[in-house]
Amino acid sequence: MNMMSEAAVEKALDQKMNTAPYKMTGKDVSVYYGEKRALFDVNLNVRENTVTALIGPSGCGKSTFLRCLNRMNDTIDSCRVTGKIVLDEGDIYDPSIDVVELRARVGMVFQKPNPFPKSIYENVTYGPKIHGLARTKAEFDQIVEHSLQKAGLWNEVKDRLHESGTGLSGGQQQRLCIARAVAVSPEVILMDEPCSALDPIATAKVEELIHELRANYTIVIVTHSMQQAARVSQRTAMFHLGNLVEENDTDKMFTNPDDQRTQDYIMGRFG
Amino acid sequence: MSSTHIYSVYDEELKYLTRRISEMGGIAEQMVADSVRALVNADLALAQKVISEDAILDDAERQINEKAIVTIAKRQPMAADLREIMGSIRIAADLERVGDLGKNNAKRVIAISGSGIPRQLARGLEHLAELALMQLKDVLDVYASRSPEKANTIRERDGEIDAIYTSLFRELLTYMMEDPRNITPCTHLLFCAKNIERIGDHATNIAETIYYMATGAQILGERPKEDNTASLGAASE
Ligand SMILES: Nc1ncnc2c1ncn2[C@@H]1O[C@H](COP(=O)(O)OP(=O)(O)O)[C@@H](O)[C@H]1O
Ligand SMILES: [Mg+2]
Repeated sequence: MNMMSEAAVEKALDQKMNTAPYKMTGKDVSVYYGEKRALFDVNLNVRENTVTALIGPSGCGKSTFLRCLNRMNDTIDSCRVTGKIVLDEGDIYDPSIDVVELRARVGMVFQKPNPFPKSIYENVTYGPKIHGLARTKAEFDQIVEHSLQKAGLWNEVKDRLHESGTGLSGGQQQRLCIARAVAVSPEVILMDEPCSALDPIATAKVEELIHELRANYTIVIVTHSMQQAARVSQRTAMFHLGNLVEENDTDKMFTNPDDQRTQDYIMGRFG
Repeated sequence: MSSTHIYSVYDEELKYLTRRISEMGGIAEQMVADSVRALVNADLALAQKVISEDAILDDAERQINEKAIVTIAKRQPMAADLREIMGSIRIAADLERVGDLGKNNAKRVIAISGSGIPRQLARGLEHLAELALMQLKDVLDVYASRSPEKANTIRERDGEIDAIYTSLFRELLTYMMEDPRNITPCTHLLFCAKNIERIGDHATNIAETIYYMATGAQILGERPKEDNTASLGAASE
C-alpha cells in the first residue's frame, strides 16, 4: 500500500466512524454481584470498525461492562446481568445463543498476557481447532501466519514457532494473545487494560496494532491511561460509580468534555 | 478553576504561567502608554526607557514558553488544562508583539524629534492609543476573570479602532499633500498609528484565545473590520 492510499484508507475510516452502523448495542444494562449493584442502566453503543475506549476510576464498572459484551460475566456465580445487549441483530443473552460461538465472534484480550504453556504455534491454532475452522496442516499453517502477521508478531517468531509461548517477552506474549484472539476470525475484540503490564515500547507496539486492527475489527478497550485512550480510540465512554456519564468523540472528550466528572477525571483533579 | 489537581505542583506550574502573563500584560500596557506619551511630548528619555523595556517582555515570553513545554511533557495535560497552557503560549506571543510595536513607536520618537507634531494630529493619535490601551487593559481584566462574554465584547470593539485609524490615515495624507516637508514626520506617524491599530488587533487575538480557553470553542463570526485604508489613495482626498 502506498502513502496516498494509506492516507485515503485512514480518512475513509475516520469518516466511517461517525456513520458506521452499531456493531453492538447495550440497552439499560445493569449488573449485580450478589446484592451489590455494579452497573446502573448503561446505554452504550459500539460502532463497527471503531475503537471505543472505556475509561473511569478503578471500580467504576469498566471491566464489568466489557465482560457483558461476550458474557464473560456468566463465569462469575454471583453475577446477574439485566437489560439487553445486541450483536448485529441478535440478543446475545437469548437462551438459544451458543456462548462458545459468541466468544469466538467477540474475542477477548486480558490485562496480564496469558499464553497457554504450549508452543507459539499451538497457542494460535487452539481456537481454530475447537471451532473446527481448519483441518489440514496447510490450513492451520496459513491461520498461524495470518494471525501472527495481523498481530505484528510474525517476523519476530516465524523461526521459532514451536518454542513455548511463555518464553516470549511480556509485549510479545500480549501480541501472541491478540494473535490467538484474531485466529478465530472474531468480529469484535475486547481488551481489558491490555498494556498495563507492558513497558512503553511494548505498549507502543500494541497500540500501533490496535490502530491497524480497527480496519477489520470492532474494538472495545478498557484503559486506565487517558493518553492511551486518546491515542488509540475514536470514541470514548466515561464510567463513574457504575454509571455511564459521558460518551463522546475521543477528540472532543480530551479537549473539551461535556461532563464535569469527566473533566475532573481526565485532568487529574479532585472532583 | 474551582477544583485542584491531585498533584499540587501541577497547580503551581499553571499558576506560574498565569502570573507571568499578567506581569507581561502590565509591562506591555505601560510601554504602549509611555511610547505614545513620548511621541506626543517628544520625550526622548521616555522613548529610551520604552526601548530598553522590550527585552523584559522578550525574556518573559521565552520563560513562559519553556515552562509551558516542560509542563506539557511532564503532565500531559488534558482538556481545560491543555487549553490553558496552549492559550498561555499564544497570549505571551501576542503580548511580546505588543511590546515590539510599542518599542517601534518609541524609536520613531527619535526619528521625528525636532519636526514637531501638529496639535490636531497628536490628539488623533492619543485618542487612537487610548482606545487601544483600553482594549488591552480590558482584555487583561478578562484574562483574570476568564469571562467568555466579556471576551466577545472586546472583540466587537475592535472595529472602532479601525475606523479611527482610517480617519487618521486620511488626515495624514492631507498634511503630506499640503507641504512636502511634512512627508517624513507624517510617514513616521502613519507607522505609529498603524502600530497602535495592530496593538488593538493583538488585544482582539487575546480575547479570542481567552474565549477558547474558557469554553473550548472558537468564537464564531467574522471580526469586525473597519480599516478601509487598503483602498484609500491620495487622489481620494
Ligand atoms: N467478581 C466480582 N465479585 C464481586 N464484586 C465484583 C466482582 N468484579 C467486580 N466487582 C465489583 O464491581 C465493581 C466494578 O468493578 P470492575 O468492573 O472491575 O471495575 P473497573 O474495571 O472499572 O475497575 C467494583 O465495585 C468491584 O468491586
Ligand atoms: Mg477493570
